[in-house]
Amino acid sequence: MLYFSKLRILFITLFSVLFILIASSNLFKFDDNFFDKKINLGLDLQGGSYLLLEIDNEPVIEQKLQNLTTTIRNYFKEKNIKINNIKIENQNIFFNVIENDKQSVLDVFQDENSDLNPYYPRFKSHQLEIEDTGLNFKVNFSRQGLIKLKTSSQDQAIEIVRRRVDEVGTNEPNILKRGNNRILVELPGLDDPMRIKSLLGKTANLTFRFVTNDENDRFGVEKLKFENGLEEATVSKRIIISGENLLDAQPKMDTQANQTIVSFTLDRVGAKRFGKATSTGIGKQLAIVLDGKIISAPVVRDTIASGSGQISGGFTFQTATDLALLLRSGALPAPLEIIEERTVGPDLGQDSINAGMIALAIGFMLVIIFMFVKYKIFGLITNVTLIVNLFILLGVLTLFEATLTLPGIAGIILTVGMAVDANVLIFERIKEELKDETNNILAFDGGYTKSRTAILDANITTLLAAIILFFMGSGPVKGFAVTLGVGIFTTLFSVYFIARLFTSIYVSRNKNKEKLI
Amino acid sequence: MIAFNKYYNHFNLLSSALIVVSLLLLIFKGLNFGIDFKGGTLIELRASDSKINVSSLRDRFNQMDLGDVSVKKFGNDTDFLVKFENKDNKKNIIEEIKVNLDKSFGNNYDFRRVENVGPKVSAELLKSGVIAISLSLALMLIYIWIRFEWQFSLGAILALFHDVIVTLGVFSLFSLEINLSIIAAVLTIVGYSMNDTVVIFDRVRENLRKYSDIKIFELTNISINETLSRTIITSATTLLALLAIYFFGGEILKGFSLAMILGVVFGTYSSIYIANTVLVRLRVSQKTVLREDDQNKLN
Repeated sequence: MLYFSKLRILFITLFSVLFILIASSNLFKFDDNFFDKKINLGLDLQGGSYLLLEIDNEPVIEQKLQNLTTTIRNYFKEKNIKINNIKIENQNIFFNVIENDKQSVLDVFQDENSDLNPYYPRFKSHQLEIEDTGLNFKVNFSRQGLIKLKTSSQDQAIEIVRRRVDEVGTNEPNILKRGNNRILVELPGLDDPMRIKSLLGKTANLTFRFVTNDENDRFGVEKLKFENGLEEATVSKRIIISGENLLDAQPKMDTQANQTIVSFTLDRVGAKRFGKATSTGIGKQLAIVLDGKIISAPVVRDTIASGSGQISGGFTFQTATDLALLLRSGALPAPLEIIEERTVGPDLGQDSINAGMIALAIGFMLVIIFMFVKYKIFGLITNVTLIVNLFILLGVLTLFEATLTLPGIAGIILTVGMAVDANVLIFERIKEELKDETNNILAFDGGYTKSRTAILDANITTLLAAIILFFMGSGPVKGFAVTLGVGIFTTLFSVYFIARLFTSIYVSRNKNKEKLI
Repeated sequence: MIAFNKYYNHFNLLSSALIVVSLLLLIFKGLNFGIDFKGGTLIELRASDSKINVSSLRDRFNQMDLGDVSVKKFGNDTDFLVKFENKDNKKNIIEEIKVNLDKSFGNNYDFRRVENVGPKVSAELLKSGVIAISLSLALMLIYIWIRFEWQFSLGAILALFHDVIVTLGVFSLFSLEINLSIIAAVLTIVGYSMNDTVVIFDRVRENLRKYSDIKIFELTNISINETLSRTIITSATTLLALLAIYFFGGEILKGFSLAMILGVVFGTYSSIYIANTVLVRLRVSQKTVLREDDQNKLN
């Protein structure tokens, strides 16, 4: 156990120096082309905002089922099968057909090549499930169908969220999927997430629809409130143009009326429809509806064929900018709800870093003094090892660009406290060996060999706890698991290579010394 | 040599009492869950005006109809921690509060930290916390079972159980807040306590092989004494590190380091007085470990 070959010594030295260099790259700036890795600071240390959004898929499902009823009706019409009493209840479509048609309806739904009911061979499942309840058919989304629907609305939503966050222009946002109906948004450096929160909270579903007094409008009507929440208007359900038809939207100052407006440009289809509607609807009120609320309902005075127009509605410059941003980035497929928010101001983050560093320095000093007083020369060896260990730990974290959090710093301090354990186990064992062994070298050898199982077991148990924490914990706690877990490996390395190297050098020079430890 | 074994019975009684009291506390008093597990909103606020104090803040917040509001000093005289349920999960609650506070205090305050956890998320966090702790206990049990005989496994797990329950009992008794970092602390306690137990068990096993004529009652005592200086030194350095976190690591880490300090103290105690006494009560002898050796040879 005490012999080290020259090659091995070289390897240990190089390895330690390499990691010390890597670790110090966090303090001194190296050439970026040469090495540009850094430990990331968690949101709790650099300040920033963590938002967990949940997609409310209910309206999407409702909408899809609504569309399906039409599709089903038309599909079977072509096949000369009449669908009766079709209705939606609790996310199920119910309908019935005459007895003779029953089998052909079932066949269509259960056909693997059906274009009405797509089949997913990978999951051996259709999009829709059909059940003959005797009285009527019950159609609903299968488990896979629902998952497909959720993931596709998540894909769309994350795209829109990204666009909106990018437009606001925060630095290095982190936008990730969580499960199949959640989106995680991390915004470093942002201490007031108010604006982003209100932007993400809006679906931004824009429609242009005529105000009508005709209750028997062919498309149906609905009563909608104005933004101010006071007035109401009856609006046709017929959509002239929607947000999808927008090419661009920008806030502008209308110098004539001296108010802020949002001007927009329409795509070809939108321009055509808008032109037609404004030519036939002169004198009527055109309601501009955003997320079920009327922004304004101007009277159409002229045919607008240019494909551009403007929205006014008593905006401030800020609200006009935000509305333009929302319109540019597109509508969310479903409403988002912020179900978890954690925001840390940058000065608290800096305070936490300072406190963590002071605690680390003091903890480190206390342990070092304790070890030196207790073990003298071997304490010194342990302390040097401890310092190298700390650097290697920081080096590994840098290499993997791990995220350091406040609990993560606590994990490092704890590692310092527990890292001495392995050395203490060895030294205590050597002391025992020296009681009946006069040969120093043999005693040291025995000390290392006999303490090995205890050290291994002890570290594996801590590692198990760290692994569970890593997989079950979230955010800052995960940072703790990382430093604790990595700390175990670096500790074992420094105890078995660095400390042992020093010990071996010292012991072979003092072979015959009595009371060595 | 210290005669630890003289007090096996006394301390077993004490530990049983501690566990019973802790369980009673947990059942009847319950734990003081923070917003991570209960849901709600937390605001850490720093004031730059002496007009802003606990009572004036409490007055302001109570007028806002937020449900149960708690206002506490946080660390020093200018920092406050405000917590409330946010029962209806109102969307723009933070904005509303700011507008409201501006009216009374102007610009003389600053929100340093805002956390808002919805009811769904808090329920999930609680569930995953419970799963994490149970899973770690189960994994430790299995690991020790593989490395030692079942008697050792039982002793170690009882010691762990004791540490976790009693630590939580203390948190319940003093109504200390349980949040995500406390779960991390409890898991680390599990790892540490195990670590400590394993070192003594390793020595017990070694001594069982060495001496056939010493009874387990004596043998555990010898093993405890042989490993005692290591136990003391490691506990001491770990405690030194934890005390540094507790006193200098800032308010946010206070709960975490306190839980860890308790855990290290209980963990060290339980390795000696619970883990070992289980071996004594189960009459572990040389045969127990020799059988294990035979099995290893066969494999």
